[in-house]
Amino acid sequence: MNGKGPMPADHEMDRTIGNILRAGVMTAAGIVLAGGLIYLFRHGLTPVHYALFQRVPMDLCTVGGILGSAFSFHGRGLIQLGLLVLIATPVARVLFSMVAFARQRDVMYTLVTATVLIVLAHSLLSQ
Amino acid sequence: MNVLIFTMLVWLGSLAAGFLGSLTGLGGGVVIIPLLTLVFGVDIRYAIGASLVSVIATSSGAAAAYVKEGFSNIRIGMFLEIATVVGALAGAFLALRLSTPVIAVIFGLVLIHAAYVSSRPRLETSGVEKPDKLATVLKMHGTYPTSRGLKAYNVSSVPFGFALMFIAGILSGLLGIGSGAVKVLAMDQAMRLPFKVSTATSNFMIGVTAAASAGIYLHKGYIDPGLTMPVMLGVLLGASLGARHLFEAETQKLRVVFSVVIFLLALQMIYSGFMGWRIQ
Repeated sequence: MNGKGPMPADHEMDRTIGNILRAGVMTAAGIVLAGGLIYLFRHGLTPVHYALFQRVPMDLCTVGGILGSAFSFHGRGLIQLGLLVLIATPVARVLFSMVAFARQRDVMYTLVTATVLIVLAHSLLSQ
Repeated sequence: MNVLIFTMLVWLGSLAAGFLGSLTGLGGGVVIIPLLTLVFGVDIRYAIGASLVSVIATSSGAAAAYVKEGFSNIRIGMFLEIATVVGALAGAFLALRLSTPVIAVIFGLVLIHAAYVSSRPRLETSGVEKPDKLATVLKMHGTYPTSRGLKAYNVSSVPFGFALMFIAGILSGLLGIGSGAVKVLAMDQAMRLPFKVSTATSNFMIGVTAAASAGIYLHKGYIDPGLTMPVMLGVLLGASLGARHLFEAETQKLRVVFSVVIFLLALQMIYSGFMGWRIQ
């Protein structure tokens, strides 16, 4: 590692990151679409109510609640599950990069990605 | 309006927003929120939640393509993400405490800035300048593909770029947007990256930035599945179509038109914010 220009290992990392992002987004979109079709089929003719802000029901705001709702094949629960997968996608990308930098023995960038990961974990897991 | 019709219309609007946002590098969020609040009468908190999640989809979808083609600079992205994720947490914290009319007015002002930035021609700062020492230590200098093979570039003003990224993070967390305009500003003007590299790297960073505040918005009940579903699916499709045309489109004219639209939306947001203030 002479630190001059991108290393071949970086291009390898680029490709894998591209694949992680694409797979995460496609999976999320598939789940959201399935949930959306169920939701539209069951509730398509009810009026919309978004002018007034009421918090989304608690069971659609926590990981445990969303999993429970999704596995009962509730449309809204499945959509939230897809959105959770979507939110997890960039986190997975950071996690992968951290491991890849550690393998390259790039201490500085391992620490950089670890810092980002800690902040993300704090946001997703707090409360 | 019933759920079915509402969903179809929101999906179409989001498709257009995602397409334009990806072509201009400004992201779909800057149009999604005015679209939902002004046209569909959605409460801005639901709009922010839906936009934020969609921003993750847009950016990850487009970033997947850019990263493989070698435009994104992953080291620059990773380093600056420290600033954007901390900023995003601060922004989400603020969003839970400010009243919605105040958020609408701030949103309008940020939109005007985005319109201004995107209307100006982006001057390529070609020619390798004196490299920044910090950038060298951080191994940020890179190459990117052009029609005549790989071209090398250097990076300057890392601390200033980092500070701008912190602001971009706050705005992203507060308003549910990718703040592509501020990110591109930091990387074009301050760090002097070639603009395809800065657009691609900005896209790459937006997902992580938005994920940082999305967790908080989810817990607080801002992310409504019925609304977010058509927004996310529409923006995602639009953005992937936009990314496919990035290299062939003459984007300058489009940016001017887009910035005029954004400017008008901004005025409307500020106006409705002030009206909301009076009612409260």
